[in-house]
Amino acid sequence: MLAMHIPDGFIDGRTSLVAGLVAVALVAWSLRMTAKTLDEREVPIVGLVAAFVFALQLLNFPVANGTSGHLLGGVLAAVLVGPYAGALAVTVVLVVQALLFADGGLSALGLNVVNMAFIGAFAGYGVFVVARRLLGRSAPSVATAAGVAAFTAPVLAAVAFTFEYAIGGNDAVSIGAVAASMIGVHALIGIGEGVITALAVGAVMATRPDLVYGARGTTPREPTSAAAPAGAS
Amino acid sequence: MARRRISVAAFVVAGLLVAVLLVVFVAPRASSSPDGLEKVAADQGIDRDVRPSAVADGPLADYGVKGVDHAALGTIVAGLVGVAVTFMVVLAAMWLLRRRRSRTPTEPVAG
Repeated sequence: MLAMHIPDGFIDGRTSLVAGLVAVALVAWSLRMTAKTLDEREVPIVGLVAAFVFALQLLNFPVANGTSGHLLGGVLAAVLVGPYAGALAVTVVLVVQALLFADGGLSALGLNVVNMAFIGAFAGYGVFVVARRLLGRSAPSVATAAGVAAFTAPVLAAVAFTFEYAIGGNDAVSIGAVAASMIGVHALIGIGEGVITALAVGAVMATRPDLVYGARGTTPREPTSAAAPAGAS
Repeated sequence: MARRRISVAAFVVAGLLVAVLLVVFVAPRASSSPDGLEKVAADQGIDRDVRPSAVADGPLADYGVKGVDHAALGTIVAGLVGVAVTFMVVLAAMWLLRRRRSRTPTEPVAG
């Protein structure tokens, strides 16, 4: 089996419904923000990011004793096209996976969207912004900061799942054990997420750094402006 | 910066090509071990009440193609469909978002 997201029956209907409402509100807000700020030329880039995240999610890599992991992609999407459009791109990936490929339960779609699209693209992007500030403004530091932030995304998603399971899961299951094993294995998956994200962001930084949302303000947008006489503003 | 930049269109085509190559050559070789959530769920008994998805009988369920027994081929076809559908859905959504804004006549100051 390839990628697997939360199926139906892990978390009760009430908790899933609340997560669904939260997801709808976040999507509506992101649509508004994206409509306000999206650049014309970014339109196809957002499509590419979604298609790329879908492809990368198919590539389960082994992590430890008979366990695999795959990219979640929230940080990658947010660094490339911004947190709002990035979260929307990953949301579409998750909706397509649930509807066409039966990956992730339909009742659990809100949980999956919150955990993978929004925690990655919002919280993960926040980590990226802090990491970039600490690492400096060079091109390699943008890719490195993206990798560091991407490492945290599966861990944060695992924490969110544990929280959701504590609210809407089976009482007979030990939450401490769920927390420890979810966070442990997703820290390993985070290493893969970090490496893949850093490589992908690095590749875009090497080709079209001006298209990287997370690099805005670090690279000259117009090559000609660098040639302007010193002192001209 | 003297290096010539590739156009946005060329960039998108190149990116889609890489996605297609990943689906065709890497996806069939991806690990088939349970993923992190699946493993923890089995170990901790989270999956005792699991129900199959309402669309579990769909033609592309579980990233295969119904009627195609060749696992790698099914994965490749399902993966390519997924790449194409996500690209087109997001492209259409972003285009509509942009169009709605540019159609709006000079926006009054919110207040």
